[in-house]
Amino acid sequence: MKAIYLAQFGTIDEELMSALEVCAWQIFGYDVKRMPNLPDPSYALDTKTNQYSSVLLLKNLISQVPKDAVRVLGVTNHDLFIPMLSFVFGHAQLNGPAAVISLARLHQSFYQLQENKQLLIHRMMKEAVHELGHTFGLIHCSDSRCAMSLSNAIQQVDKKTEELCANCSILLEDSTKQKSRENGMEMQR
Amino acid sequence: MKKLWNIMVVDDEEVMRESLAAWLREDGYSVDTSESGKEAIEKTKLKTYAIYFIDLKMPGGHDGIETMMEIRKIQPEASIIIVTAYATVDTAITAMKEGAQEYIVKPCNPEEISLLVSRIIKIKNLQRENSILRKKLTKQYSFCDIISKNPKMMEIFGLIKEVASLRSTVMIQGESGTGKELIARAIHYSGDRAAKPFIGVSCAALTESLLESELFGHEKGSFTGATGQKKGKFEIAEGGTIFLDEIGDISPKLQLNLLRILQERNFYRVGGSEQINVDVRVIAATNRNLEEAVHEGKFRDDLFYRLNVINIHLPALRDRKEDIPLLVHNFIERIGPELGREVTDISEGALKILLNHNWPGNVREIENAVERAIVTCKAKILTEDDFAFLANHGNEKKQWNIPSELTLEEIENQAITATLQRTHGNIKEASAILGVDRSTLYDRIKKYNLPRN
Repeated sequence: MKAIYLAQFGTIDEELMSALEVCAWQIFGYDVKRMPNLPDPSYALDTKTNQYSSVLLLKNLISQVPKDAVRVLGVTNHDLFIPMLSFVFGHAQLNGPAAVISLARLHQSFYQLQENKQLLIHRMMKEAVHELGHTFGLIHCSDSRCAMSLSNAIQQVDKKTEELCANCSILLEDSTKQKSRENGMEMQR
Repeated sequence: MKKLWNIMVVDDEEVMRESLAAWLREDGYSVDTSESGKEAIEKTKLKTYAIYFIDLKMPGGHDGIETMMEIRKIQPEASIIIVTAYATVDTAITAMKEGAQEYIVKPCNPEEISLLVSRIIKIKNLQRENSILRKKLTKQYSFCDIISKNPKMMEIFGLIKEVASLRSTVMIQGESGTGKELIARAIHYSGDRAAKPFIGVSCAALTESLLESELFGHEKGSFTGATGQKKGKFEIAEGGTIFLDEIGDISPKLQLNLLRILQERNFYRVGGSEQINVDVRVIAATNRNLEEAVHEGKFRDDLFYRLNVINIHLPALRDRKEDIPLLVHNFIERIGPELGREVTDISEGALKILLNHNWPGNVREIENAVERAIVTCKAKILTEDDFAFLANHGNEKKQWNIPSELTLEEIENQAITATLQRTHGNIKEASAILGVDRSTLYDRIKKYNLPRN
């Protein structure tokens, strides 16, 4: 039975990880399992900006995808960037096995506001669904309420929900069916 | 809609190009990458990209600016974004001067790139929509292969529809290259005779005896070399239409023969005694002033009246300049594929050159000019450079040698006379061309006792 694996870079609040488990199971319909905690990704640190390269985190994740994993989602407290962009909330491989999300910019304290754990959990779930959605081949959606809508700022994250719109749900269903068929054919061989 | 647009990311650093490409793919674009300027140029020859992200500093031959310049030669319509880690005013100015649409410093704010790409794509979508609408417009303004939105031409289209199914002869007058034969074909193919032959004969191309034999045919032995019986064009066109181009050039003897065929609807082959009856519609055309030829006694007036039952006067291209963009786009669409060239559009600057040209050879001349430009064009869009030969031609014309021993008054007299002839006596137009007000022009016309037409 294939499962979505969650991986923590360093230590992540257990309440957040539990919320993530439920959310990934509800939206994607796969079992959700945990990978053993991964060490803090010091190898990905850019000392000039004090940010971590999401590309290197993804590479690390891909190198240790469990055999029964349909997808792996990494979670880090560190602020992420890709070389071209000053920051990213998360990073995924389109139609690939892995994605990673950062909690750094989802905290209210990042914007000099009072912490709000419930808000943080909702923001995290939205970004997790968004990045996992990319790994299932979904692209950005023009419906600003859909989890697949593009967020370049925290206001856009807050505007969307952790749900997929009707169109993206159908596309996800098609993608997972296709995957199951491919896996079935693989087993027959 | 996004899938329609291809984006190319050019950067020698793998992590840089792949991460940007992945980010753009998540946004729904189809993205290709190249690790060098050379590779990007090669890929550009095979595929069209709407947007290029090009790193300014790349090793190995082509840096960002050079790559951009090469790509712009192949795809001038592509939007190019130069990316650099170190911004300097000088490089930014150079990049923009050479045609970069944007200049960005990495790392960028994701919102900035999103907005930039969506703004460019919005413009591309509008341009595409514009091109589709233009094609629809061309269809709306085209009538049997003739394209025009000029009011006079529209009247002519209306007249063609009205007279297409009549048997009456038609006289088409107009300068060389205005499309007289196209009008004749439109009349033929819009009427009841469409299923029957349309036969065109250029009366100026043949000597009198050859033209006579060509039109009416000949019997065996009627002249040296007449080894067998031959049917003439009038017989071949039975039930259809015969188009006699350059009718003003035919000899008095042939004028008489034609008059007979128009009056009696029958004729004799050269050297023959058998009367042949025909049902042929005659459409004649000339670029000469036939009324004048009649007045001078060079053209039979009775034949002129027989031919001139329905008169169509085609305006010169300089009098229907609004048609130039429509015509040019039509030529590009038609000639490009015929020549196996992937030219799709014309730049605004090039179109301006065509609009300012006088086109003495009319539509035929502009068609030839576009064909020549397509042949020599290295990109997908015709630019000013592709029409450089027109500018040279224009300059040669501007080198006017003033005839010697003329007084200033005589030169003025000649200039006004020539301009009035060109404007067919239109004072308003002539005064605008000469750069004087109307009362001044009236004074000069009176002073030199000039005819208005």
